Amino acid sequence: MGIKVAKTANEAFAEGMRQINPDVVAAYPITPATEIVQIFSQFVADGLVKTEFIQVESEHSAMSACIGASAAGARAMTGTSSQGLAFMWEMLYIASGLRLPIIMAVVNRALSSPINIHCDHSDTFGARDSGWIQIYSENVQETYDNLIQGVRIAEHPEVKLPCMIMTDGFILSHCLETLEMLTDQEVQEFIGVPPERENLIKSAIENKPITIGALDLQDYYFERKRQQAEGMKNALKIIPEIGKEFGDKFGRYYGFVEDYKLEDADIGIVVIGSTAGTAKEVVDNLRKKGVKAGLLKIRILRPLPVEDIKNSLKNLKVVGVMDRVEGMNAFCGPLYSEITACLYDLDKKPLLTNFVYGLGGRDVKIEDIETIFNELITVLEKGKKDFTLKYIGVRE
Amino acid sequence: MKEIFEIRWHGRGGQGAKTAALLFGDACLSTGKYIQAFPEYGPERMGAPVVSFNRISSSPIRIHSGIENPDVVVVLDFTLIEQVNICEGLDEKNGILLVNTPLSPDEIKNKIKFFGKVYTVDASKIAIETIGRNIPNTPMMGALVKITKILTLEEVLNDTRKKLAVKFRNKPEVIEGNLKAIERAYNEVKGD
Repeated sequence: MGIKVAKTANEAFAEGMRQINPDVVAAYPITPATEIVQIFSQFVADGLVKTEFIQVESEHSAMSACIGASAAGARAMTGTSSQGLAFMWEMLYIASGLRLPIIMAVVNRALSSPINIHCDHSDTFGARDSGWIQIYSENVQETYDNLIQGVRIAEHPEVKLPCMIMTDGFILSHCLETLEMLTDQEVQEFIGVPPERENLIKSAIENKPITIGALDLQDYYFERKRQQAEGMKNALKIIPEIGKEFGDKFGRYYGFVEDYKLEDADIGIVVIGSTAGTAKEVVDNLRKKGVKAGLLKIRILRPLPVEDIKNSLKNLKVVGVMDRVEGMNAFCGPLYSEITACLYDLDKKPLLTNFVYGLGGRDVKIEDIETIFNELITVLEKGKKDFTLKYIGVRE
Repeated sequence: MKEIFEIRWHGRGGQGAKTAALLFGDACLSTGKYIQAFPEYGPERMGAPVVSFNRISSSPIRIHSGIENPDVVVVLDFTLIEQVNICEGLDEKNGILLVNTPLSPDEIKNKIKFFGKVYTVDASKIAIETIGRNIPNTPMMGALVKITKILTLEEVLNDTRKKLAVKFRNKPEVIEGNLKAIERAYNEVKGD
């Protein structure tokens, strides 16, 4: 078994990448994700990995290089954040459309403008419909575990989709925490040899040339997209299987979501990322006072685990969805929309409210979460809601 | 020990406030504790006020918000009192203030009007005499260990030796200097 070490999420990403030992890494630095490739490039220089490390002049090129490498059959990885991810935009869709299982470590950071280097989820929420699998992490341990599972999920023959693994900028990327690392051998055994798939090198060796990325107009585009959607649907089956296998081997089990004290809860919040940990403290405090509070942490946002979300929330009376993103639709945050869609078909469903919080790294305190739960208690007592969205921790 | 013990480090950019939090966190981890160590990131410049934090617990730490009411405040540079409120959020009854200064605890109390527990040690002098440079972060770790008893002196010396052995493998005198600094601050810190 592994050993307990002190690592930041950036270090955990880099160590995980070293243990995965990908064929190609192409990356461009950006705060707060810079350390990932900085540390990894040292591993390359020290000869600890066999990786071809490609220094590129932009994130657009980083993703392009990963696409080329992956199309050639390589296990390709990169890492980025915020504006860097935004700059990759068109290539994100090409990676998923070509069904290339590229792995990307993403450190969540607010998008400009105003320019800001701290955490919110605007960057990856913008990419949620790009056809990538999205896995979010609560702490350094999950960041590491998710990266390793991400490889298996992305490469699974029934999935074949790129996968981004998220961690919260600075809050986790630069926070030294206790991490139980697996041994190099355990990681290698778990990820295994990449399953065979069509690729350029294979086609050249077999002398059966193929074209990747050809034009599909009205005749085939739709069918190709329909197949791609099927890959995402298949991920719904594969992700829990891999989460269970990981748990059976290493003792830490992973599903789509984490239910925390929801079983008999009247009120609960839905949350993503590091805030989930802080909120669990609040749930425990409320439980001590006799309040039936609970929490649903979303680990997988793409594919959207509709059945799990439904099952977790169906018996609650009031739910508060926490969005670390401003939806800019003059109505609600994006996670609220998704959760609402999940619950709409239920005959009996909870009253649903939305709280936008923590934009640009605004600290999320215990008291902020208590404020949200107090709002939920008020709605519970009244039996109806008189608002959809409230902002938490903002001056106005 | 409290369920979660929280520390805030004040320093100036370049004095090693971040490194101190990382080293101290790592040393605590080596004794089986769960830890967090994180700096507060802003526009950093050499000499500008900087802050870093530790959480130490005997069980896994879930909270990920900033630290507002630390149990201990460690001040690496006493001239900071002109610019920042080093006692912010520090409880006068239970909070502990540890300052790098040649002054006595009573002199500090009167100067900053904080009448809780105050400890002082001349970590800069110790650093110059042992390491050869004014880097007060490692000696302050020695003083912190003495006051909080989170670790023993042996534990922090062993862990620091291990950590520095990697970083300064070609400069053994730096390692010895740092260890001496920790031990001297441990013995020389004074207060309530």
